[in-house]
Amino acid sequence: MSAMLELQGVSRVFEKKLDAIEKFARTLGANVSESRVNAVDSASFEVARGEVVGLVGESGCGKSTLGRMVAGLLPVTKGTIRFEGVDVTDARTEAAKAARLRVQMIFQDPMSSLNPRMRVNDIVGEAAVFHGLTTKREMTDYVADLMTKVGLDPSYAQRFPHQFSGGQRQRIGIARALAVQPEFLICDESIAALDVSIQAQVINLFQDLRRDLDLTYLFISHDLGVIEHIADRVVVMYLGRVVEIAPTGELFDGPKHPYTQALLDQVPKLEAGHREYHTIKGEIPSPLNPPPGCHFHPRCPLAGPRCKSEAPRLIHDGPRAVACHLNDGGVA
Amino acid sequence: MTVLSVENLQTHFFTDAGVVKAVDGVSFSLEEGEVLGLVGESGSGKTVTGFSILRLVDPPGRVTGGRILFRGQDLAKLPDREMRRLRGNRIAMIFQDPMMTLNPVLRIDTQMIEAVQAHEKVSKAAARDRAVQALARVGIPSPAERLNAYPHQFSGGMRQRVAIAIALLNGPDLIIADEPTTALDVTIQSQILAEVQGLARETGTSLIWITHDLAVVAGLADRIAVMYAGRIVESGPASAILTAPAHPYTAGLLGSIPGHGRRGDRLTQIPGMAPNMAHLPPGCAFAPRCPRVSDACRATAPEVTETGAGRALRCLHPLTEAVA
Ligand SMILES: Nc1ncnc2c1ncn2[C@@H]1O[C@H](COP(=O)(O)OP(=O)(O)OP(=O)(O)O)[C@@H](O)[C@H]1O
Ligand SMILES: Nc1ncnc2c1ncn2[C@@H]1O[C@H](COP(=O)(O)OP(=O)(O)OP(=O)(O)O)[C@@H](O)[C@H]1O
Ligand code: SF4
Ligand SMILES: [Mg+2]
Ligand SMILES: [Mg+2]
Repeated sequence: MSAMLELQGVSRVFEKKLDAIEKFARTLGANVSESRVNAVDSASFEVARGEVVGLVGESGCGKSTLGRMVAGLLPVTKGTIRFEGVDVTDARTEAAKAARLRVQMIFQDPMSSLNPRMRVNDIVGEAAVFHGLTTKREMTDYVADLMTKVGLDPSYAQRFPHQFSGGQRQRIGIARALAVQPEFLICDESIAALDVSIQAQVINLFQDLRRDLDLTYLFISHDLGVIEHIADRVVVMYLGRVVEIAPTGELFDGPKHPYTQALLDQVPKLEAGHREYHTIKGEIPSPLNPPPGCHFHPRCPLAGPRCKSEAPRLIHDGPRAVACHLNDGGVA
Repeated sequence: MTVLSVENLQTHFFTDAGVVKAVDGVSFSLEEGEVLGLVGESGSGKTVTGFSILRLVDPPGRVTGGRILFRGQDLAKLPDREMRRLRGNRIAMIFQDPMMTLNPVLRIDTQMIEAVQAHEKVSKAAARDRAVQALARVGIPSPAERLNAYPHQFSGGMRQRVAIAIALLNGPDLIIADEPTTALDVTIQSQILAEVQGLARETGTSLIWITHDLAVVAGLADRIAVMYAGRIVESGPASAILTAPAHPYTAGLLGSIPGHGRRGDRLTQIPGMAPNMAHLPPGCAFAPRCPRVSDACRATAPEVTETGAGRALRCLHPLTEAVA
């Protein structure tokens, strides 16, 4: 399999400089400081054509940031992104612009990504007309077909986004992304607000498109049931770093990284009945001030002295990869 | 003690394309400390129900019928000023889209301090302290340093948690939470559910938890109400509804959940499409998609019937094996 998408040491840092007021406040002794978030820290993995790669990890671990860099919407601080072998890291290059149309992203926040003053018909159809995928005259039919596919009544095409429910809006975002016939789709929590029946319909649609059009996906979701269902491989992130990569079956049957193990342990079961929920044990790590060594060590039940000082490397073994000292000579 | 009672609520949108009966005869009540899970099809009227309670429905929408009593007080009769005081103080709503709560141009600390000071005379420092604690409770790391960020500097799930923290700030009697944890991973979700479970038990806060995640309601809710096309089609104790659904729509919903070692298979989806709420069929709104439909279902909309053990149903042909 040749890689369609290839990430090499991709990083993104957000820096917050002090504004004038804060600088002044600091001279008076206030506790403000410049901050630096290493939102994505040297991520490397590949996605083959026709593959579905699931991206999972705690809220705030850098999934959307990674997705936006792949979509060319956010500059990369360090590292290289290749699309079909061509370097597209710098979004201003011609190569990157050409790739951009073929890579579409469905955003996590549907409301803020839909123009409130445009009707759905135009939101979904405009780009397709612009790129010659349909004509102005045929646009309404083109849009109606897409709306039906995502479970929206085409008679709603003249409505504005605020006239829809949350889940309906999310489907407008999906229809808009599909309208330009992308080859690579980044889905950022794209079905999170849908009830399970419509979720099933959209997942089935994604599977059909993949089969019929060889569509490739980077599928970001916190819902492990959905990931288990749809993904071929899973990339697990923790506090900006990739900690495990594995084929889906192997990951769910035998997670190797202690964080992945903890994650899979917590999946709520429908059968469980009334449950006691628990607050998070151990300190929640902050990306502003990440723990040294392995970022997971303060919460890890298996951590040893080495984990506190040395960051584990991502070590590949066949189709799997793990970043944990237990897999690389032990924690002592 | 009954905190909230909604009686035959009707909220309609008067659009060019016809009247959208987003909520059409919804009734339920909520006791102190009770958690009601409100689930249902996307577009079935869950959010509009919440908005109606808080009087946040904008034209062309209007509450056209029914009553909403909060601790016995008819909310429709409350002057605007008092309604505003109630909102965010005794009744809080966590919106489906966190940006409905958050102002994109203001820093998080400004917004949270304002939210505290709007309802209570406390110093800025004290309000800030409370904000830090609230953020810590919803699992935001380094809350004190994070407070002076803008909403766009947070991840999607972090924004959702800030909105939850704001709702918890003033210790309300009733929280209407609209899909509050949709974008949150299981760890953070458990953290938040632990917080609200504690609130319901210790301070008697009542909750309406709107969600499509049946695993969450299974663990959290005392009772469940299932909505379809503007109506509650089935309600009752959570465990009873989840283990023995009586309405064919509820059964279809439970059957669509992914996972359970069915990797890559096609998922079961309820056939057909959600009804257009401006043109509902005359009989049961689920009839065109229902596997148990008969001519009677197509002719008249089923009324609510009590089926015992606290359960109620709108269906002519309930799944009999379910009614033990
Ligand atoms: N301003 C409006 N004008 C016209 N119709 C509207 C308006 N707001 C909502 N609706 C319609 O009312 C119905 C109920 O919407 P509501 O937002 O309550 O759904 P919901 O159950 O919360 O769905 P979801 O799970 O997708 O959020 C939907 O069919 C929606 O299209
Ligand atoms: N524009 C920005 N400025 C500063 N920090 C940012 C910005 N965007 C994201 N961050 C920070 O980067 C980190 C990763 O954010 P990101 O949105 O990628 O997380 P995520 O994994 O998508 O989380 P979620 O599941 O909650 O959506 C967070 O700590 C966030 O606060
Ligand atoms: S490296 Fe150490 S702390 Fe990190 S996951 Fe492995 S055992 Fe745990
Ligand atoms: Mg995100
Ligand atoms: Mg809603």
